[in-house]
Amino acid sequence: MDGIHDLGGKEGFGPIPIGDDAPFAHDWEERMWAMSRTGILPPGTTIDWFRHGVELLPPKDYLTYAYFNKWCTNYFMLQIDAGITEFDEILSGHAKHPGPPAPVLGLDEVLEANRRANTDFSSDAPAPPRFAVGDEVRTRSRMHSGHTRLPAYARAATGTVIAHHGAHLLADEGARGNHVGEHLYTVSFAATELWGDGAHPHDTVTLDLWESYLV
Amino acid sequence: MTNFDSEKAAEIHRQLHSHLPPDPALRVKALESLVVERGIIASETIDAWVEAYSEHIGPKRGARVVARAWLDPAFRARLMENAAETIEEFGFQGNATGHLIAVENTGTTHNMVVCTLCSCYPFSLLGISPSWYRSAEYRARAVREPRKVLAEFGVELGDDVAVRVWDSTAEVRYLVVPQRPAGTEGWDEDALAAIVTRNSMIGTERVLKAERP
Repeated sequence: MDGIHDLGGKEGFGPIPIGDDAPFAHDWEERMWAMSRTGILPPGTTIDWFRHGVELLPPKDYLTYAYFNKWCTNYFMLQIDAGITEFDEILSGHAKHPGPPAPVLGLDEVLEANRRANTDFSSDAPAPPRFAVGDEVRTRSRMHSGHTRLPAYARAATGTVIAHHGAHLLADEGARGNHVGEHLYTVSFAATELWGDGAHPHDTVTLDLWESYLV
Repeated sequence: MTNFDSEKAAEIHRQLHSHLPPDPALRVKALESLVVERGIIASETIDAWVEAYSEHIGPKRGARVVARAWLDPAFRARLMENAAETIEEFGFQGNATGHLIAVENTGTTHNMVVCTLCSCYPFSLLGISPSWYRSAEYRARAVREPRKVLAEFGVELGDDVAVRVWDSTAEVRYLVVPQRPAGTEGWDEDALAAIVTRNSMIGTERVLKAERP
């Protein structure tokens, strides 16, 4: 998707807001983060569909909403889409069909849940890898309108495979609710290849790219 | 049922824009009320997650890993070979570390991590990212003009140092292992861990200070 979220290399932005150094500026941000660690996603939601949902915010909102406001709004979108929440419930802040209270988890249980959340995204390989470490590869020039992880700045560019991770679940299919494994590579691009002769000749930019992103 | 329908999702977002109060604090409060009333999660459990990520899970974990790598060559070798498994020796594995990779700075290489497409970050090892890491400015500029970005952070690099920017586009996450500063000879792991900063593990700081706390 050629969305506003695809920010890599976009020009016109000013200094990095280095002073905004804390993880959270407000209590609500901390609570939004904490809620996101729990099971509040509709069943069947994939991390890729979650990310795509954020990408589908109106472009103006994407650029102006605080980060965790995007998350909160996206959770509402996902819940409405899945038929779990109605608009007027959000406006009233009360559920029409309350359930029995959820069990309370303490700190130790939460820390254990965090340890178990080191999700493995690797998958069976559907076919032998087409590329090997050291190969020169070229990225596609065009992508589709769905969720993808090939940024615009790295399209139609030539780089070198520096790692092969085996097959990982392809994000593009995950955002469609499908679990499809595909070989994943780390590809290193010369900065001059991506940005032209003005870039420093020693510098590189490295991306993790699925096989179908490569021609 | 989740529909995986982009156009429908975008339409719901437009409706939310029109109907929701703009104040994000009110939005998050409404979300919490709804999930608590439905019995999906208890408020006290949300409190416990807040405590976990404010008191227990944060950059001190990454600093401990870096200090151990400086002191123990066998550990360092394991970390560089398979960081995701190696941090399990501390129990630091968790959210977004399942495919962790460590990348080392040297005298001629400087590593820097970004996620241009969203804001991926190795949460269970470094905690929550700083706000600037999630900013449009950092996401847009880190890949295109890393040396200017680094200069804003006070990092000056010679022409002989290559910058390697890692854009986290899949589920692989990166930990930068900064160089051990001179003047720390004979220091123990606790003292070394205390000088490893969060920014040095993202790659927006390069030369750590050999100052005992």
